[in-house]
Parts: sequence; structure tokens; C-alpha cells
Amino acid sequence: MTFDLALVWGGLIAFAVLMYVVMDGFDLGIGILFPVLREEGDRDVMVNTVAPVWDGNETWLVLGGGGLMAVFPLAYSVVLTALYAPLIVMLLALVFRGVAFEFRFKDPAHKRWWDLAFCGGSVAATFCQGIVLGAYLQGIRMAGRNYAGGWFDWLTPFSLFTGAALLAGYALLGAAWLVMKTDGPLQARLFGLLTPLGATVLAAIGIVSVWTPLLNEAIAERWFSWPNIALLSPVPLLVAATAFALYRAIARRAEVQPFLLSLLLFVLAYAGLGISLFPHAIPPDVTLWEAAAPDASLAFLLVGALVLLPVILAYTGYSYWVFRGKVRPGDHYH
Amino acid sequence: MELDALLLSRLQFAFTVSFHIVLPAFTIGLASYLAVLEALWLWRGDEVYLQLFKYWLKIFALSFGMGVVSGVVLSYQFGTNWGPFADATGPVLGPLMGYEVLSAFFLEAGFLGVMLFGMDRVGRSLHFTATLMVAVGTLFSAFWILSANSWMHTPAGHAIVDGQFVPEDWWAIIFNPSFPYRLVHMVLAAYLTTAFVVGAVGAWHLLGRRSSPAVRVMFSMAMWMAALVAPLQILAGDLHGLNTLEYQPAKVAAMEGHWETRREAPLVLFAVPDMDAEKNHYELAIPGLASLILTHDRQGELQGLKAWPKDERPNATLIFWSFRLMVAIGLLMAALGLAGLWLRRGDALYQRRWFLRAAVWLGPSGFVAVLAGWITTEVGRQPWLVYGLLRTRDGVSPVDTPVVAASLLGFVVVYTLVFGAGFYYLIRLMRRAPEIGEQGPAIGEMSRAAGVSPLAALARGEQSR
Ligand code: HDD
Ligand code: HEM
Ligand code: HEM
Repeated sequence: MTFDLALVWGGLIAFAVLMYVVMDGFDLGIGILFPVLREEGDRDVMVNTVAPVWDGNETWLVLGGGGLMAVFPLAYSVVLTALYAPLIVMLLALVFRGVAFEFRFKDPAHKRWWDLAFCGGSVAATFCQGIVLGAYLQGIRMAGRNYAGGWFDWLTPFSLFTGAALLAGYALLGAAWLVMKTDGPLQARLFGLLTPLGATVLAAIGIVSVWTPLLNEAIAERWFSWPNIALLSPVPLLVAATAFALYRAIARRAEVQPFLLSLLLFVLAYAGLGISLFPHAIPPDVTLWEAAAPDASLAFLLVGALVLLPVILAYTGYSYWVFRGKVRPGDHYH
Repeated sequence: MELDALLLSRLQFAFTVSFHIVLPAFTIGLASYLAVLEALWLWRGDEVYLQLFKYWLKIFALSFGMGVVSGVVLSYQFGTNWGPFADATGPVLGPLMGYEVLSAFFLEAGFLGVMLFGMDRVGRSLHFTATLMVAVGTLFSAFWILSANSWMHTPAGHAIVDGQFVPEDWWAIIFNPSFPYRLVHMVLAAYLTTAFVVGAVGAWHLLGRRSSPAVRVMFSMAMWMAALVAPLQILAGDLHGLNTLEYQPAKVAAMEGHWETRREAPLVLFAVPDMDAEKNHYELAIPGLASLILTHDRQGELQGLKAWPKDERPNATLIFWSFRLMVAIGLLMAALGLAGLWLRRGDALYQRRWFLRAAVWLGPSGFVAVLAGWITTEVGRQPWLVYGLLRTRDGVSPVDTPVVAASLLGFVVVYTLVFGAGFYYLIRLMRRAPEIGEQGPAIGEMSRAAGVSPLAALARGEQSR
């Protein structure tokens, strides 16, 4: 077959992870914003904006992980082992975050505690995801088909920085989502948060863009050699244009555009990472083709993915549509 | 045994999967039950079914949420703790789990929001569709994950290339020899688990003189399930065991506490199998009965554990007992179901206090049987990850012992705290009897006072007798 299954799957896994990042990104962002929005009624509204959809958002994480095992088993095995500690902490944090959705309304007497679990879970999960990203970009040491590094290889200034950067990123997504879904004084406060968050995210994107090529020569080569530098220059230019449009939209008090533009910012940053890494499944050495499962596995699952993904996107869209519109204090969806 | 990364990883997997499985066992059954309740409401227009639907929907929301978060943990653990296993089996097991995500998890999650909170936002038939999709999703999920699990017990349809399992025949992989039995047995187990919880809640309110049409309907429905499904489950279990005898005879020898290969093998009722001494202590047995049950011939020959080298024997001390516990619960469940049938003749079903008490006591028995069953199945697979082909010790990730110890401790602490609170909230929801005008799960309950409105309290007072 001339059809490059490994490449197609590389694209699909990247798509699943991107879906997860932007969709659970705004859920987690809401938790990250809890410390600055302390009013109980506000918090109820914030949680209610995502209560009907968060489970679907998190399912993309399972697709990213489970799909990886099916199509790039070597990458699944080595990367998850290498990133053991941050991943386990992330999973535990997601447990807290997930149950807090239900528990904080079930137990008014301990609502403060479950708010803390929601916020702490969101912050810890995000920080760990950022660390995972940074550690992955740095590259992973292997011997044969096994992980061969130490248990704290993932802990570097760079990965801590990407952890912090992701906190700002998700907070921006969360705030922009809430601006779209709320009104009144809560919305006004959120508008006030957008500009500083947007500026922080932009700075973080800039720093990561400079730091990554310094870490790894192949990535520097990818971006700065001729003719790549000319071909790839639209990426940073688009980031700048998006940032400017975001700034204008916030100034105009637009309700929907800030969210869409923040999403676009994420997509562009993600595309930049993809350009840096391609065609590696386990940086710095193992390519997609080396890590791929046999064609029989790739083809079997691809049939299902091509048929079911459009259906999934359709009913996910339907569910968002059912719960469209502003959420107000006292709403409880029934 | 040495407390190394291997043993700790096994303990961690057993701990996290055990917490997980009790939740699906309950939600698979509950999702189907909710679909039935909603269908009955739409069809007959009787408010009682709507009342019950909304009552159990709140309980479903809570358990489903806990099921999801505990499941996500599992799907990452194959990589974190069982890396070489994931690398070797990924091409075969990965697509099965991939199909689970695509066909089941998204379906459940996509329609869950509408099912829980959408009653007034979409039409009745759309809402019913959402409930149905969630129920179907849980069954699809069971289908794929049990296929994957069964393949580890009875691998088929693959080749081994450079130490990696490579798929050759997907049909043979999915419908591997033990899968149909495991699927039927587990889905029935889920239905029974739910039926006994529903029955216990009904019985508890009947005992507390909070009888109402809704309470009687739920109790009666649960007792019908017990009467019909428990005997079926015994039959399914028997067939499952025969299949296991064919493909994993060492597991059956351990379950039965048999050491010697012999004809006319006895059915051991009580014993403490001793793995080191290779014999049973305190044995009490019925001669010839095991041969009769397992080979349908008193003279049939059964292999004993000594037929396998010591390092290929599963732990008989443990699974001899876990198996007996499950079977005992199965028999008790069937007995209760049949007693219920008997009592129905005189309309005594809702009155006999001994019967109601028994139903309350058997409430959690499904969870115990499910765990006992899985322990039998999984410990009986040892020392293999993929039966006969890949050893457990060859599948573990090269993680340092202190790191795994720390993560295991983290899971124990977090799960105890979080799921402890969750189970407490579940019990609290069940202690309240369903009311007239029962509300569905509200995510923003802040606008309603915590107490019951006077009208609802009045209505409830009128109802009970
Ligand atoms: C698709 C795979 C799969 C599925 C559906 C299950 N298991 Fe499993 N189980 C494993 C895959 C696995 C495993 C990864 O293969 C383990 C880890 C170590 C081992 O030997 O097998 C395991 C081990 C394992 C152990 C420890 C056995 C030992 O090491 O002595 C227990 C008690 C269970 N499992 C229990 C369960 C329960 C309660 C399940 C119900 C959901 C379950 N398993 C489903
Ligand atoms: C050990 C292997 C298992 C793994 C890796 C696993 C994985 C998962 C994951 C990732 C989820 C969350 C999905 C979401 O985000 O919506 C989940 C939930 C679920 N799992 Fe499992 N699971 C395992 C065992 C089982 C078994 C044996 C069954 C059924 C017989 C089962 C049935 C379900 C169901 C019905 C749900 C939906 C949530 C719920 O009902 O609580 N799982 N599982
Ligand atoms: C009295 C009748 C029963 C018999 C004869 C029976 C038989 C068996 C056997 C032989 C196995 C092991 C199969 C293997 O490892 O390959 C098994 C597993 C299991 N049993 Fe039972 N069982 C009975 C009742 C029950 C009940 C009442 C429940 C739960 C409500 C239950 C739940 C399970 C579960 C969850 C498993 C593990 C999954 C599987 O391998 O199917 N069983 N049973």
C-alpha cells in the first residue's frame, strides 16, 4: 500500500491531543481561576458552564493515550514510563477535579473543601501536563526498546517553565470561555483578567520558541536553515496577528471572539511544536515509522476512526448546542 | 515475597482496577435500568416511573463520575507500569481499547450531559434517545474491554514477530475462546449487582414504613431480576468454568484445590490449600462430585496442580476461597429470587420482614461477588500476562521501587479519601425515599433550600401508610 498509515495516525493522535488540550483546557482553566474568583455564587455559575460537557472533553485524553498504545505502542511504553511521576500526579489530580464537579453540590457543608479539591486538582493536573510537554520536547533516553533514563530526568528548568506557561494558557482559555458563557458583574471581572493573561501567554510562547531551539540542534536546524526560515515565518507572524486581534477584541468587549482567538493562539503554538518535532514519535531519535504498530493494526483502527470520529464530532456539537447560551445564577438545567 | 517494583506494580494495578470495576458493575446495570424506567414512563405515562427515573438518575450521576475518573487512571497505567507489556501487545490490544474509546466512551460522555440535565431542554423522545445511547455505550464498553481482557487469557488470531504480538485475524482476536463466556457472565453480574442494590434500597424503605408506590415498584422490579437472572448466572458460570477447564486447566485445579491428577476427583468444600507443602489442610470433600460437575462424568479425569512446574502454578490459597465466595453469593442470590417468587402469591412480598431484611443484607453482595470473581480470574492467570506466552515479570516497566511505592501510597490515600466520600454521598442519597415530584440531578442546587418543600412533605405523608 502506498498510503502512509503511520503518518496518518501521527496526524490523528496529534489531533486528539489538540482536542484534549483546548477542550479540557478551558475546564481546567476554570479551576485555575478559582483563587481570584472567590464568590460562591460565581463559582457555581463557572462550574455549571462546563458540568454537562467536561466528561466528553476528558475523553479526548483517553483517546490520545489509548490510541497511542494501539498505533505507536513503543512510544506509549517508553514515554509513559519515562514520565511516570508527573503522569501519576496528573491522574490523581484529575480524580480530585472530576469528582469535585458532583461532590461540591452534594455536600454544602464541605463545599469549601471540594472547591479546594477542584482548584488544586485543576492546577496540579495542568502543571503536570505542562511538565510532560516540556520533558517530551527535551527528548527521552532509551536503550533498545526500553526507557533508560533516571527517575527525575523530567525535572528541569525548561519543563518547570512549560508547566507554568500552560497554567497561564489554560487560565486564558477558561477566562475567555467564561466571558462567552456569563454576563453581569462576573463577566466584567473576567474581562479584566483577559488582558494580563493574554500578555503572559504571549510572553510564554516567545520564551519557549527561543528556548526550544537552544535545547536541541535539530530543532534549531528545522527553523533557522534556509529555505525553512522563509517557509515557516508565517507561523510567528500569524501568532502576532492573532495576539493583536485578541487585544482589540478585548478592548471592544466582544463576547465570543476572545475565546475563538485564544483557541487559535493554542492551535498556532501547537502547530509550532509539531513543526519542531516532526517526524519524531519519541524525540530525539525514534521516528513515527519506527514506533508504529504493524499495518494490520493501523488499518483496522483507522476504519473505525474515520467512520466514528465525524459521528462523535457531530453529537459532541449537538450536546454543546443543547446547552448553548448564558448560564446565570440559579440556573440548574432542568 | 520480595517487595520489588514488580510486586508493587501488581498491587497497584489490582488496587486501582478493583476500585474501578465495582463502579462499572453498578453503572452498566443502572444505565439499562434507567432506560427501562424511562421507556415505561413514556409508554404507560405513569408518573411513578418518572419519579423512580429521577431518583436513580442522581445516584447514577455520582457513580458514573467516579467510574470515569478511576477508568482514566487505568488506561494510562499500561504504559506507566507495564511498558514492555504495552509495547508487545499494543498492536493487538490497543485497537480493541481504541474501539472502546471511539464506540463507547464518547457515546456515553456525549449523551451524558443531555441525559442528566437536558430533560427540559430537548423533547421527550430525544431525551430517551440520550438515555438509551448512554446505556448502549456502557454495554459497548464492556464488550471491547472484556474482549481485550479475554484475549490475555485465551490468546488467538496473532503471530509473534520479534517479541511483538502481531494481529493476523481480527475476528479470531475479538471473539477469542473465553470472550463470549466472560461477556455474558460479566454483563449478568452487572445486572445482578444493580438489581440487588435497588432491591436493598426498596426493602430498607419498606422496613422503615416509608412504603409508597415508587418504593414497591422498585422492590418488585428488583426481585423479578433476582428471580430470573440469578439462576441464569449460575448456568453461565458453569459454562464459563467448563471453558476455563479447556483452556486454563491449572486455574481450575487451583480453584478446586486439586493437587493430584486423578479420576473421580472430589469436590472440596472446605480446605486451606498450602502452596509450599503442595497439599490441603483441614479438607472436607464430597467424593467424585468435581469430576461429575466439570466433566459430566463421575469417572472423568481432572489434572491437579502438581501436573505443572512450581513456577507455573497460580496461587490456590487465594482463588480457592475467592471462587467459593462468589459461588456462595450466587446461590444466595438465586435463593432470594426464588423466595420472592413464592411470596408474590400471597402479596406477602412487601410484608415479610425476614425477607426484607435478607434483601437489605444482600444489597452489597453483587460488589463482593464481582471482586471475588475477578480475583479468581486474574490471580488464576498468573504467572502469565498473556497466558502461556508472556510472563508477568517480563511485562513490568523498569521503574525504581521507591517510585512505585510512592505512587501506590498516593493511590491508596487519594482513593480512600475521594471514593470514601463518594460512597458516603451515595448512601445518603439512597437513605432518602423517592418523593412525589422528585427532581433530577441539579448542578446548581443553591437556589433551592436544602430542606424539602412543605408541599412535597405533605404529599409524602399522605402516601405512606
Ligand atoms: C484488558 C486488560 C484487563 C482487564 C479488563 C482487567 N485486567 Fe486485571 N490485570 C491486567 C489486565 C486487565 C494486567 C495488566 O494484565 C495485570 C497487571 C499485572 C498482571 O499480571 O495482570 C492485571 C492484574 C490484576 C490483578 C492482580 C493479579 C496478581 O498480580 O496476582 C487483579 C486482582 C486484577 N487484575 C483484577 C482485575 C479486575 C477486578 C478487573 C475488572 C475490571 C480486571 N482485573 C480486568
Ligand atoms: C482493566 C482494564 C480497564 C481499563 C483500562 C478501563 C478503562 C476505562 C476508562 C479509561 C474509562 C473512562 C472513560 C471515560 O472517560 O468516559 C472507563 C470507564 C468505564 N469502564 Fe473501564 N476499564 C477497564 C475495565 C473495565 C471492565 C472490565 C469493564 C466492564 C465490564 C469496564 C466498563 C467501563 C464502563 C461501563 C465505564 C463508564 C464509566 C462508568 O460506568 O463508571 N471497564 N474504563
Ligand atoms: C454460582 C454460580 C457461579 C459460578 C459457577 C461462577 C463461575 C465462574 C467462573 C468459573 C469464573 C472464572 C472464569 C475464568 O477465570 O476463566 C467466574 C468469574 C467471574 N464471576 Fe462468577 N460464577 C458464579 C456466580 C457469580 C455471581 C453471582 C457473580 C456476580 C454477581 C459473578 C461474577 C463473576 C465475575 C465478575 C467474574 C470475573 C470475570 C469473568 O472471568 O467472567 N459470578 N465465575
